Amino acid sequence: MKNEFKVISNLIEDNKKALDVGCADGTLMQYLKENKNINVRGLEISKEKVQECIAKGLTVIEGNAEKDLKQFPDKSFDYVVLSQTLQAFLSPELVLDELLRVGKKAIVTIPNFGNWKVRLHLLFKGTMPITKSLPEQWHSTPNLHMCTIKDFVNFIKSKEIKMIKTLALNNNNVSNITNNNLGTKNLFADLGIFLIEK
Amino acid sequence: MNTEKNIKTLIVKKPLKLDCGKTINNFPVAFETYGSLNENKDNAILVFHALTGDQFVTGLNPITKKDGWWSFAVGPDKAIDTNKYFVICSNVIGGCMGSYGPSHKDPETQKTFGTDFPVITINDMVNAQYNLLEHFGIDKLFAITGGSMGGMQVLQFITNFPDKAKTVIPIATTSSHSAQNIAFNELGRQAITADSDWKDGNYEVNNANPGKGLAVARMAAHITYLSKKGLQEKFGRKLQEREDLKFGFDADFQIESYLRYQGSVFVDRFDANSYLYITRAMDYFDLVKQFNGNLSDAFKNTKAKFFVISFTSDWLYPTQENKDIVIALNSIGADVGFVEIVSDKGHDSFLLDVPDFLNALKNFLDKSYTELKNEK
Repeated sequence: MKNEFKVISNLIEDNKKALDVGCADGTLMQYLKENKNINVRGLEISKEKVQECIAKGLTVIEGNAEKDLKQFPDKSFDYVVLSQTLQAFLSPELVLDELLRVGKKAIVTIPNFGNWKVRLHLLFKGTMPITKSLPEQWHSTPNLHMCTIKDFVNFIKSKEIKMIKTLALNNNNVSNITNNNLGTKNLFADLGIFLIEK
Repeated sequence: MNTEKNIKTLIVKKPLKLDCGKTINNFPVAFETYGSLNENKDNAILVFHALTGDQFVTGLNPITKKDGWWSFAVGPDKAIDTNKYFVICSNVIGGCMGSYGPSHKDPETQKTFGTDFPVITINDMVNAQYNLLEHFGIDKLFAITGGSMGGMQVLQFITNFPDKAKTVIPIATTSSHSAQNIAFNELGRQAITADSDWKDGNYEVNNANPGKGLAVARMAAHITYLSKKGLQEKFGRKLQEREDLKFGFDADFQIESYLRYQGSVFVDRFDANSYLYITRAMDYFDLVKQFNGNLSDAFKNTKAKFFVISFTSDWLYPTQENKDIVIALNSIGADVGFVEIVSDKGHDSFLLDVPDFLNALKNFLDKSYTELKNEK
């Protein structure tokens, strides 16, 4: 299981109820179910991935986060997880609002466009950056709204969303993001992981 | 047709009050079983059939001498694995394969009921079938499942008996029969009653059979079970055993010949009055209305695990109507999974060899059964 999922699962208390939005093949769900006794549901747009989840005995609904989150009642999950997909929605703000409506807490991860490799790529090559966490060409990427960790922090603050925990993931190193080190983390982290609530 | 020797029946002694207000008792429920019930009696799956199905789910149907209607899904090593599970299916009341229906004799008058048989609802059907649980001494079914009208029975069953099934799999169905579906059913009923041999439903005593009307009803319905794309690919404008058009009204096109054949074989195995009664039951089905507009209330007392399945090309019970069930379940935090299967085979997809569907069904059942075993 990838490091990001380990960090996410450490943010989740045992025996709670969680929704994994864009759960893909259910790797995180299965881990949460088996190791943390989480009552976990998934929402996934790909039919193939839904089938994989069913084969693992996971409860998944085929659907789209932009349309199908509205069927869940307010605060019906302790945690709602969204891994590296916020930037791929037409309206990330609406999705974020929905995550925080459905979940008591939300865990959102974003690929960091402020990473130094991304910056250097654009600066020296003059083409859209391709990195490990951003592997697609500009014309085929699903990402519509790329942002940096700093952008996301500013956005969260402007929406008066409470940040319970803010983590930077750089290769295998996890560290806290604070007001003081935001600039540095924004330069070195591959991924930002945010535990938030409203 | 000597049917009785191959038909198992449970005579339900206790009275059943029907939605129409009448009460029936000492009535037969015909059923069939596959596989064997284990010692704990926790491996039973109750399958509900659709409009023209019967209790003979799989293997050779001893009456029609054809494969059972769900042979692709049910059997040894199949999605519903009869090496593992004990499958029970019964003919709905109002039907014509041994369960109490319009072709039975009225015990009071000793005449065939015909249209004097009480109007049956989906609710009545499942209440009648519930007696099978007592008959087999099953406290809780492992699963209930069925497609189309079978799916309606699934929803009604878990509503009426919220703690009697561990898993619930409604397939290609609806919680409320749509205007379009009522319209198609009415077309079928009109075809039957317009046949001069229908004789106000008393065709049996008059030695008549409204076969033409029933065949037309079946032909019209059959079109609704397929998709436009599926029909086009299978038949297109291909001609039936001829080089060119004949400039007449014989079956020039293969699709015409196919529908006529479907109509004619259906007449041999199905009773016209049963067709009227069962389509009526489907039309009356409105679980949303039963719960004053809030479908979620139907399921609020159950802890069962749901898995809803729809098909992309099913325009009779489209994905949205299946999703409405999912939405109602999610809004009360029920355990529900959902998948829409890609298939060109229309509403009939659930009866056919659609591997994605059969795999999903198998995986869901087998994983759920393993979980059930681990709980103990």
